[in-house]
Amino acid sequence: MLSYVLRRILVAIPTILLLIVASFFLMHLAPGGPFTSERKLPPEVLANLEAAYGLDQPLWKQLWDYLTNIVLHFDFGPSFRYKDRDVNDIIAQGFPISLTYGSLSFLVASVVGISLGITAAIRHNSWWDYSAVSLGIAAQALPNFIMGPILILTFTLWLGWLPGGGWNGGQWEYLVMPVIALSTSYIGSVARITRSSMLETLNSNFIRTARAKGLPDRTVIWRHALKPSLLPVISYLGPVFVYVLTGSVFVDLYFSTGGLGQSYVSSALSRDYAVLLGVTILYGGLTVIVNLITDLAYAWFDPKIRY
Amino acid sequence: MNRITKPLVAALLATSGLTSAALAQQTHPETGEALAEDQTFTYRVLDEHSSVDPQVVEDVTGSELVRDLFEGLMNQDEEGNLVPGVATGYETNDDNTVYTFTLREDAKWSNGEPVTAADFVFAWQRAVNPELSSPYAWFMELMSIENAAAIIAGERPIEDLGVKAVDDRTLEVTLSEPLPYFPQMTTHSTTFPAPQKVVEEFGDEWTRPENIVSNGAYILTEHLPQERSVRERNEMYWDNENTIIDRTIALVINDENVALTRYLAGELDRTEIPAGQYPRLKEEHPEEAVSFPRLCNYYYTFNLSESGPEAFKDPNVRKALSLAVDRKIITENIMAGGQPEAYTFTPAATAGFEVPQVDIASMTQPERDEKARELLAEAGYGPDNPLEFSMMYNTSDDHKKVAVALSQMWKQKLGVQAELGNMEWKVFLEERGNQNFDLARGAWCGDYNEASTFLDLLTTMSGYNDGKYSNERVDELMAQAKTADDTGPLYTEVEEILADETPVIPIYHYAGVYMLDSDVGNWPVNNVEQNWYSKNLYKIAE
Repeated sequence: MLSYVLRRILVAIPTILLLIVASFFLMHLAPGGPFTSERKLPPEVLANLEAAYGLDQPLWKQLWDYLTNIVLHFDFGPSFRYKDRDVNDIIAQGFPISLTYGSLSFLVASVVGISLGITAAIRHNSWWDYSAVSLGIAAQALPNFIMGPILILTFTLWLGWLPGGGWNGGQWEYLVMPVIALSTSYIGSVARITRSSMLETLNSNFIRTARAKGLPDRTVIWRHALKPSLLPVISYLGPVFVYVLTGSVFVDLYFSTGGLGQSYVSSALSRDYAVLLGVTILYGGLTVIVNLITDLAYAWFDPKIRY
Repeated sequence: MNRITKPLVAALLATSGLTSAALAQQTHPETGEALAEDQTFTYRVLDEHSSVDPQVVEDVTGSELVRDLFEGLMNQDEEGNLVPGVATGYETNDDNTVYTFTLREDAKWSNGEPVTAADFVFAWQRAVNPELSSPYAWFMELMSIENAAAIIAGERPIEDLGVKAVDDRTLEVTLSEPLPYFPQMTTHSTTFPAPQKVVEEFGDEWTRPENIVSNGAYILTEHLPQERSVRERNEMYWDNENTIIDRTIALVINDENVALTRYLAGELDRTEIPAGQYPRLKEEHPEEAVSFPRLCNYYYTFNLSESGPEAFKDPNVRKALSLAVDRKIITENIMAGGQPEAYTFTPAATAGFEVPQVDIASMTQPERDEKARELLAEAGYGPDNPLEFSMMYNTSDDHKKVAVALSQMWKQKLGVQAELGNMEWKVFLEERGNQNFDLARGAWCGDYNEASTFLDLLTTMSGYNDGKYSNERVDELMAQAKTADDTGPLYTEVEEILADETPVIPIYHYAGVYMLDSDVGNWPVNNVEQNWYSKNLYKIAE
């Protein structure tokens, strides 16, 4: 097990390195640079700016300096757009926000989705099943960029219950709408996957054996059926966790949370190379870690899997 | 707060000496309107500001903050006229190349230190310093300050800049050539003073709320990037007594429809109205939906360089395309926010600009269409030989609507095949800047309120002339305008040449289209540059 984890971490290093190199060159391949603007800069001003940020160096040199700064000083460089902040500041400010409502959305999506799925499966073809399935489908058809405006119209304008956006240190009133918007479509998917997997498990031989033994329904479901039916859900939830953090762009946009998703997009549009690369590395690293955790979780859920 | 605690708190504040000027003052000193107890102004901004460093800031959002936080030599009033700022006035020498500003004695930084001429010298030298590499260094060049260009290029030391502190209260500026609108330019944030000690102590981080020292009516007290920034009354400001708004909050809301919803829910005092929604909102909220002219134009430019299509080399073709554009449809049905139709490059709202009577403006649309068909036929294009070209714009719903309307007008009236293409902003700028286009969208907002800020764009030497239009007479007239006493006839002639040769198709001039809470007093609707100062606003009691 330990050697498996170590092996995976060793593989992660070249993966992330490859991600950095590929992103770096792709980024520089995009036309326009951080200082391209409608008010075209005079050549001498542009030259000064490029020299100040090292953009006058050959690309391989820029990449090398960038990598050595990360390895030696854990410094992801200055922002090209915001003079008083560097990439570390931007991540330190935005990531906790994304992480807060992202984790909450993940929790809501998993708990509500799994509960809906199980309810539907154990009361298969009943009124419960049909409502849970319809609810799941409806939820799945509501991506966050549709949910955002709907929620704001409903809760802010018509009912006047919740503030239409902002963060305010993560007070609960400010969290409700982002979390609903972000989790809704995942609730649908999680419910659907849980239901079909649970149904399959309930029809398998070992469950029939358990029932034949005379075990009560509750024990059959909670002790025997639940764990194996969650396997496909786990493999779905791993990437979802990264998605709710990265895919939070619309939430940042509609609810002005100040999260990292917004910085990510605006850095791409303004060619703020350092911020763009810094956030890419963060999300890349996160994906690697979450994948590892998902794989380890498999072993716990399915005794047949061994590392 | 309930009814009992409210007066109690007010009384406590009053007795403890914490009362602000606004709380003591129940009515507006000039208009006599009852003032609201909470003097907070909250408005929406589209995007996070780039900086609040006066010498670094390059965006509109940031400049709005900087105008509240810092004060330059001169300010603008509600009409856009020059009024004293830190300087009480100025004198010039006979040939208008040396300006001597006298600074007021009571101007202070928020840490209590006096604002001196040396603070301006430091700031102006800083703006051109290659070490700072300010993206707005060119503004000092535009101001014609002696040696600015050479210093930016690193050919001379910053001490050679034509600005000097004669004493603490006297600032002397030397220009390389006389510039009639120079004093107007001192209302621009690049020219605002900077606190040397603080800048040197904290480096790039001096503008953070915990470090910043400023000399304007407000100080920056809170900044949550991509979320909000808060500026509060600066007790040290020389005119603090007459400042009414205590606090101004800028909320970053990227989506304009969400911003409108939040405005309607009462969270904001001001927001922009999305294109097309003004008529409905005006009907529902006649007091709050406002529209007024702004100093920006919207146009399409022909690529007249080597790489441009051969067809566009013929002025008749260009003129035909311009004539066939029914600007009324675009301003009334697409934008619908009170934007004026444009037949000249310079907006009518520009100070001292007399709109010349160009032919195209006085014709009816059927007459224009008729003339367009004639001109295009003359140029040899018709049903058998249709004119084809591509037109590009930067990705945006509004630009797309305008582009589709244009291409349809041309197709229906002239049988022209225009192929639409949109590009992400930076790619668009790069392509347009490298003349990789046939016809491209353009827009320009004046850097100062004078026609040359627009017309200079179409001179041969201009770095912003992406269509590469070149006309010797235009260049000559614009050069003369730099020093002329009466620029009117010069600009009229330039606009007449432009109308005749049509290097660009002016479509409309911008309007400021806002939802503005009727509680907000004194919003400068007549200031076409929309240079507003929180200190001049007030909130009326409901």
